[in-house]
Amino acid sequence: MSGTTKSPWLLHYDASSCNGCDIEVLACLTPVYDVERFGVINTGDPKQADIFLVTGAVNDQNKEVVKQLYDQMPEPKVVVAVGVCACSGGIFRDCYNILGGVDKVIPVDVYVPGCAARPESIIDGVVKGLDVLEKKRLKLREEEGKR
Amino acid sequence: MSDWIWIAMCVLFVIIGPLIGCILAGIDRKISARMQNRVGPPILQPLYDVKKFLAKEQVTPNKVQDFYVMVFLLFTIVTGAMFFAGMDLLLVIFSLTLAETFLVLAAYSSGSVYSQIGAQRELYVAMAFEPIILLMAICYYMHTGSFSVSGIIESGSMSVIPLLGVFVAFMFGLTMKLRKSPFDLSLSHHAHQDIVRGMATEFSGRTYASLEIAHWYESVMLLGMVALFFADGTWVGAAVGIVIALLAWVLEIWIDNGFARMTWQTALKSGWVVGLVLGVGNVAVLLLM
Amino acid sequence: MNDILFMMVVPFIAACLLLVTKSDKARTVIAEVAAAVIILSSIWVAYSYLGEPQTFGFHNETIDLLMFVVEVILGLVIIYLGIKHKKYAASVLGLVQLCMSLYFEFALKEGIEVENALYIDDLSIVMVLIIGIIGSLICVYAVGYMRDFQEHHRDEKDRRPWFFFLLYTFLSAMYGIVLSNDLVWMFFFWEITTLCSFALIGYTRTTEAVNNSFRQLILNLIGGIAFLTANMVLAHQYGFLDLQSLLASDSEAQWILVAVMLLCLAGIVKSAQMPFHTWLLGAMVAPTPTSALLHSSTMVKAGVFMVLKLSPLLTGNLAGYMTMTVGGLTFLLASMAAISQSNAKRVLAYSTIANLGLIVACAGVGEPEAVWAGIMLMIFHAVTKSMMFLSVGTAEHHIGSRDIEDMDGLFTRMPKLAIIMMIGIAGMFLAPFGMLISKWAALTSFVDSEYIVLIACIVFGSAVTSFYWTKWLGKLACTVSDAEDCEETVHRQEWFALGCLGVLTIALCILYPVVSSETIIPWLTETFHASGEELIPLLESNNMYIVILMAIVLVLLPLPFFGRTKKRVVPNYMAGVGIDDQSYVGSMGATVNVTLRNWYMNAWFGEDRIRKVGEAVTAVVIVALIVAAVAGVSI
Repeated sequence: MSGTTKSPWLLHYDASSCNGCDIEVLACLTPVYDVERFGVINTGDPKQADIFLVTGAVNDQNKEVVKQLYDQMPEPKVVVAVGVCACSGGIFRDCYNILGGVDKVIPVDVYVPGCAARPESIIDGVVKGLDVLEKKRLKLREEEGKR
Repeated sequence: MSDWIWIAMCVLFVIIGPLIGCILAGIDRKISARMQNRVGPPILQPLYDVKKFLAKEQVTPNKVQDFYVMVFLLFTIVTGAMFFAGMDLLLVIFSLTLAETFLVLAAYSSGSVYSQIGAQRELYVAMAFEPIILLMAICYYMHTGSFSVSGIIESGSMSVIPLLGVFVAFMFGLTMKLRKSPFDLSLSHHAHQDIVRGMATEFSGRTYASLEIAHWYESVMLLGMVALFFADGTWVGAAVGIVIALLAWVLEIWIDNGFARMTWQTALKSGWVVGLVLGVGNVAVLLLM
Repeated sequence: MNDILFMMVVPFIAACLLLVTKSDKARTVIAEVAAAVIILSSIWVAYSYLGEPQTFGFHNETIDLLMFVVEVILGLVIIYLGIKHKKYAASVLGLVQLCMSLYFEFALKEGIEVENALYIDDLSIVMVLIIGIIGSLICVYAVGYMRDFQEHHRDEKDRRPWFFFLLYTFLSAMYGIVLSNDLVWMFFFWEITTLCSFALIGYTRTTEAVNNSFRQLILNLIGGIAFLTANMVLAHQYGFLDLQSLLASDSEAQWILVAVMLLCLAGIVKSAQMPFHTWLLGAMVAPTPTSALLHSSTMVKAGVFMVLKLSPLLTGNLAGYMTMTVGGLTFLLASMAAISQSNAKRVLAYSTIANLGLIVACAGVGEPEAVWAGIMLMIFHAVTKSMMFLSVGTAEHHIGSRDIEDMDGLFTRMPKLAIIMMIGIAGMFLAPFGMLISKWAALTSFVDSEYIVLIACIVFGSAVTSFYWTKWLGKLACTVSDAEDCEETVHRQEWFALGCLGVLTIALCILYPVVSSETIIPWLTETFHASGEELIPLLESNNMYIVILMAIVLVLLPLPFFGRTKKRVVPNYMAGVGIDDQSYVGSMGATVNVTLRNWYMNAWFGEDRIRKVGEAVTAVVIVALIVAAVAGVSI
């Protein structure tokens, strides 16, 4: 068994959120929710992250940033869109500069709805993401085996 | 003590050292969590982290970083092995500096601004710490007539009383060496206290795992150095040493959680003042004795 | 004996030939052939006299007279140049020295015969090898370097014949210093090196160069006067003028002690110790081979050679405390000052001053173990430092700067040169390489000397040393994307010299026990009347084998692993907006370049601050202790 599912390190990026979801993401780290129980570490470095947590809708200016951060995460990796804006663009959807949800730029594995998303559902989303992560890892290994 | 015990110690360190270090790191995270009224991760969490990093896709910022990190890990292990094999303390110190230099080079080599800033900070923390550890070796020599760990232990008495000054100084320096707050300038264990990830910004996959494993070895060796102050060749001395070393570990965790990061000026100034007053002071006392 | 004379004269003959050679091709041939002959003759001399210390009777009125005449002429030249450039201090000191010389020659020297003018022992052999091998390699390097130099300074007159004349004369004079038993001869060669370096520093004839060359002259004249005074004291009080009688005398005797202190003072000036260190910093304006020659193999080594030679007379007396304190403090303070420098040559200059400080301190301890460390330091330093100077010179000509900040990513731009530099830097401070082994021995012997100032100096000094070397090393190791390789145009001679020195550095790290047991141990045994066993614990211990093993591992490890990763190479993290490793997208889509500078800590280790403290303290120590010795105080 690998430690993949036991040590999910998060990279949290705020695309263009109202900061409501960001605060809830941070709330997950507080003693009340304590995601570190599951080995989660909120890191700032894509090169060490497994789960990309994006809050807020993607706009013209930061779509390249989201892409680059995603590209810099080594495989296997999972993207979790947190909050309704990240899922679909939310109330900002029709703004002139908004492209829409995160999935307009990078493939999203888990959608966590809510405005703002509650910490419980964020944690739930991350746990769902872990399953995907494990599947991706196995797939990756299979591919490597073939090579 | 016969040579066999030293060889056994050395082999034990190489095999079991990382396990102990891993558990110590796990305890660190658990106690920190409890101090913050959290549950905290499982004790073996650091092991899960490392296993994950080994299984990830392997990427690197350039072709040479891997080599530097490999040498860093190799010489960290060699350093600890030499210490537990009862060899010369100065050799251990120099070898430790060698290992650290390679870590710094790995950080510099990436060309990343973040890791270079971390590397520079690592350098002046090392500059603050080095006098303390050298003075420790010198005081051991003046007191027991030997630079070698085996000679110090075989001298038959606990060195901590005549070496009280350098003992306190070493405990102070331990915070720097273990990269604990307030002196975790180069690379913090707390993710959000750093400029990205300090020196380790460009480390990923196996490279990062190597760094963690080297930390485990290093922690065990540094705690071994704490225990050395109490080792007198008897089981009692060994037991006291181990207990004090573990207490020192808890104390470091407490300090880590109790302080915010300080500036490099504070680190350098305090390191040198402590080295000068307690370290050189201790040398003076030993000269007069 | 003829082979020794041959070895001493060859460089001077080459110098005279080079002085009259105008064509570049002929110069290259003469310089290279002469270098080969010098290297071979020095190796031959080392081979034939190793382990067989000898003295040579060599009495010739003509030579004595010739030396005296040359000395007087040079004295007059100094006075004239001082007046011409309005450097009256130099003229005054020149005049004082001239008067003293005349008085000495006609009033004191009368009736004192030195039977054996020349001698050779193992320490001299070490010096002969350093001068012969490293000195000539530098001369070979200079041929290529000066060609570039002349092209960079096209508008100036080609004074290269003069330059090479000085370079080779220097080597002859250095041989003279390390082989003379007659103190008057030694003084003569001592002054020749001073004047050669004066002319070499002033080579470019810019205002700065002239000022710095005069500073060198003035400070070294002070040293020369101290040397001459020592000779006068010896002649007046004891009626002998040879090194061997001096070394055989009792250092407790008051005037012997004074003479030894004065000679040490001369050595301290020559080896650029505080408070006289500024001349060496000023010497950095000269072309690089000059710096390498002045710093690594010759001039300054003459100073430490003198102190090491006198070390048996320094054990536990005022002279010993003077050299220990000055050396220790210089090591600490110069290392600190090195942090504040970004000019590579100045960093090297400060590090040279610091390392020489350590050697002087080792000699001052006056115990065999410490002196062993001192001599080893001298050998390692000569090889490694000259290599560093030459690499900086080459880098300067190809990247257009000698600033460390501009060496960012040298590893990508000049890979071979960067690796040579990295070997050099590692050799300067890192376990398991050369300097560290000797520093280690120095540390233990300092602890044994129980002199707390020295212990504190080495402990803090080595922490500082690691800092400034590693930050430079980091700059070199840093990789940058899309940089051009600009190594193609480095001259053949430059690669040859650098390559030889690189191989020599590594070979010394692995083979130093042989060097030690063949040359240094016999010399120490004889000089200190110590049994060889006293020295063996340090050398033969398992530690040394481990160190050598580590060195071998470090040399071999890169071969299969360095730069051969199978991992995917990805760009650096740059907050998600990176363009490449050196730039990112700023606001309004502008491309912003990233630069990162090193730490210099000017507020802490600024040059001026360090200089003031260092000069004041060391000057007080020197004056106070010499006055005490003259007053007859003993400890």
